[in-house]
Amino acid sequence: MPIAVAPAPTPAARWRNIGLQALIAGLLLALLWWLIDATATNMRERGIRSGFDFLLEPAGFGIGESLLPFDSTDSVLWALAAGLANTLRVALPAILISTLFGTLVGLGRLSPNLLLRKLCGAYVEALRNVPLLLQLLAWYFIVTDLLPAASEALQLAPHVFLSKSGLSLPWLGGDGGLLNLPQRGAMNISGGAAMTPEYLALLLGLSFYTAAYVAETVRAGIAAVPRGQSEAALALGLTRLQNFRLVLLPQALRGIIPPLTNQHLSLTKNASLAVAIGYPELVSVANTTLNQTGRAAECIALIMAVYLILSLLTAWLSAWLERRSGRWADRS
Amino acid sequence: MTKPPPLRDWLRRNLFSDALSSATTVALVAAALWWLPGLVDWLLLQAVFRADAGACQAASHAGACWGVVAEKYRIILFGRYPHEEQWRPLLATALLLVVIVASGRRLLPLRMMTMAWAVAMPAFFILMGGGRFGLQPVGSDQWGGFPLTLLLATLGMLLAFPLAILVALGRFSSLPLLRGLCRGYVELVRGVPLISVLFLASFLFPLLLPPGISIDVLLRVLLGIVLFAAAYLSETIRGGLLAIPAGQHDAAAALGLGRWQAMRWIILPQALRAVVPSMMNSAVSIFKDTSLVTVVSLYELTGSLSLALAGDPEWRSFHLEGYLFIALIYWIGCHAMSRFSRGFEHAAR
Repeated sequence: MPIAVAPAPTPAARWRNIGLQALIAGLLLALLWWLIDATATNMRERGIRSGFDFLLEPAGFGIGESLLPFDSTDSVLWALAAGLANTLRVALPAILISTLFGTLVGLGRLSPNLLLRKLCGAYVEALRNVPLLLQLLAWYFIVTDLLPAASEALQLAPHVFLSKSGLSLPWLGGDGGLLNLPQRGAMNISGGAAMTPEYLALLLGLSFYTAAYVAETVRAGIAAVPRGQSEAALALGLTRLQNFRLVLLPQALRGIIPPLTNQHLSLTKNASLAVAIGYPELVSVANTTLNQTGRAAECIALIMAVYLILSLLTAWLSAWLERRSGRWADRS
Repeated sequence: MTKPPPLRDWLRRNLFSDALSSATTVALVAAALWWLPGLVDWLLLQAVFRADAGACQAASHAGACWGVVAEKYRIILFGRYPHEEQWRPLLATALLLVVIVASGRRLLPLRMMTMAWAVAMPAFFILMGGGRFGLQPVGSDQWGGFPLTLLLATLGMLLAFPLAILVALGRFSSLPLLRGLCRGYVELVRGVPLISVLFLASFLFPLLLPPGISIDVLLRVLLGIVLFAAAYLSETIRGGLLAIPAGQHDAAAALGLGRWQAMRWIILPQALRAVVPSMMNSAVSIFKDTSLVTVVSLYELTGSLSLALAGDPEWRSFHLEGYLFIALIYWIGCHAMSRFSRGFEHAAR
């Protein structure tokens, strides 16, 4: 850090620094005190209560769909936990899909085939330049309005049905055997695992939007490996696949993994846009709680705290992955 | 030896270089032949362009209903702004766009440009808000559509920029407390979703102010966007500051410049120029992120589309066409910004 390199402070400068910091701390405390005082006065005047006691009271509202068992007599805290579980329930599959699909698109942008290159480029350009919220709303509209009703569900594959009421897939377990297969009835589809329209729209929107960013990350990472590396590998008699697996990929991964974890993190943060289409994830549940209890400060603090913890965990995971991929690259 | 004709050469290099590439070409051309006619049919040939709900219903989604745009474009573009006064947001938006484009293309020297901004911003507010020069007052709760999107993005970026510079410089301060504060702010904001910052601005800011003082929801949300954008921008600028070679500092010191003089005249100008493309990325993000203010009930472009269609049973089944229309507007804006940043990169080389 060239800028931080300052000459060793003289004693006078040191005292001046301590004085300045004391001044900053003093100003900051005064500002904080003033804000807290104003807030307390406001809340007294408007009769708003404060504190986190509401977390243990019954929620009094339902949650559309939940991974954790939940009903309206459960506590607010449990409702928020169900919301967080729902966030992860959509974020983790979306991370997987966007990474796989985005990698394919990114590789496509480096293909020797002109058509494929342009197609993948057009995909990235189209998806990155339109707000995610708009894409989510459009997906939600497509699923709930343009798809056929459940009684005339589209059959995408044997026992995979797509309709206004969502997507039904075969799933493990059930009454009659290893697989639980969805069946089309006169009015609806029963059995299997069902994804609600909200979940489906959010999953599609997040996956395809983030895939465009993943594609750029992958493309940039691979393009950053000097061309000489591939030429040397091919000259040594490696096939193109071997060159990719043994020479390009290990070197590219070092440049890809840190921005990729950032993409995954922003995907998780972007899952909060679910509030606009009514999928009950953390922010959506916290928003309902906020409207019901009026505890704005507490609810917002909770959302921020949870996301900060997620960010820290991801940063830690990313550092661990980086160390590992470094070792992997050194070994091969 | 005869040279192969250029077309054949080109085809071989770009479309049929090996078996895999040839197979890809064949598959993609087949897919295009399969899908394109239907797409062209839907987009153009069978589409209804008249603002005629009956004709749109009759086409029953076999063709797009662009009539929805013809019918509703004023609500989509201007939200709840009073109908007969809509020339004002139109003029205000055009004025701001001209200044933005002129700045991007550097048509005028810096001093003139600064003056143009100093005139355009107040003119925008006077045109939109009225109450002066005989213009009928229009409360900011009635502002909406594209002018609001443009205002939030432009002002958000303009105000976040100086704050971001201060925060970035703060992270190189010799005072540990100041460094820690700046770092804490950046990490905190970058760790949370924008929606939570907008909730903060919309629900909590009113409580933070002393009783008797209240600020407009538009300003509160703008403040939220500024605080959010500044954290990301400051990281970009910090990257630029780190990339300046140490020799520049030494040279400045040798010329007798103090630490802050060196920063002002030598380091910062180079650092900022180096990160213009990344800053344009931030600008693209802010432009797209303004769509989130719908969630705290400001009717910018995305919000005003719902305003136009959600309550209208005749037209509500043609949301998709509406979404495509505003997606095009966003796309043009974002694309123009990335084009600008690419041009800048080329010029810098």
